[in-house]
Amino acid sequence: MMVENSNIRATVVSATEYPDLVRQYGITGVPKTVVNDSVEIFGAQTEEVFIKQALEAFGSDNGKPKAFS
Amino acid sequence: MPIESEQTKVRELLVSMTSPVRLVFFYQSFLCETCPSTRQILTELSRLSEQLTFEEYNLQLDREKVEEFGVDKVPAVVVVGTRGNGLCFYGIPSGYEFSSIVDAILLESNGDSGLSTDSRTVVANVTVPTNIQVFVAPT
Repeated sequence: MMVENSNIRATVVSATEYPDLVRQYGITGVPKTVVNDSVEIFGAQTEEVFIKQALEAFGSDNGKPKAFS
Repeated sequence: MPIESEQTKVRELLVSMTSPVRLVFFYQSFLCETCPSTRQILTELSRLSEQLTFEEYNLQLDREKVEEFGVDKVPAVVVVGTRGNGLCFYGIPSGYEFSSIVDAILLESNGDSGLSTDSRTVVANVTVPTNIQVFVAPT
């Protein structure tokens, strides 16, 4: 996705090395994807499902990211 | 660190690179147990293709580069091709993540996301800065 659009930044985080982030994002299993601190995607998904879920980060508040809860 | 047979396999994979890729490594000299091993892996990896370059920066001292790549943790490796922001890895790229970093190199070099035409259209319409974090565990 980040190759297709420069607005998209992607990071891969080794959960075992960053326990603070694991707690912050409530990681209980991997892979888990967090988009703009608002949308969570659990496990491996098909391309279509992943993109649909990822774009939910802009599904409200006129494109502003929702707060992570 | 890839063993010799692994190096041969990786070298063969990297032959398909069509443009240069930078491996941009961020480290700190203290409180980073995996920084030395990460440096070693990346140094050896960068020797496997003339299209790969390795550069390293200190998280505390090289603030301009830290700002440029937006990193805030170590060890960090940003795989940077000729377009886009690059793909950032936090943590040592060992085990399964070594394969991931090789995939990222090929992706950044060849610029083909592999997405379907429909997906490319959807993704191209994203106008808001988007940060995708994928949590993984090395195996």
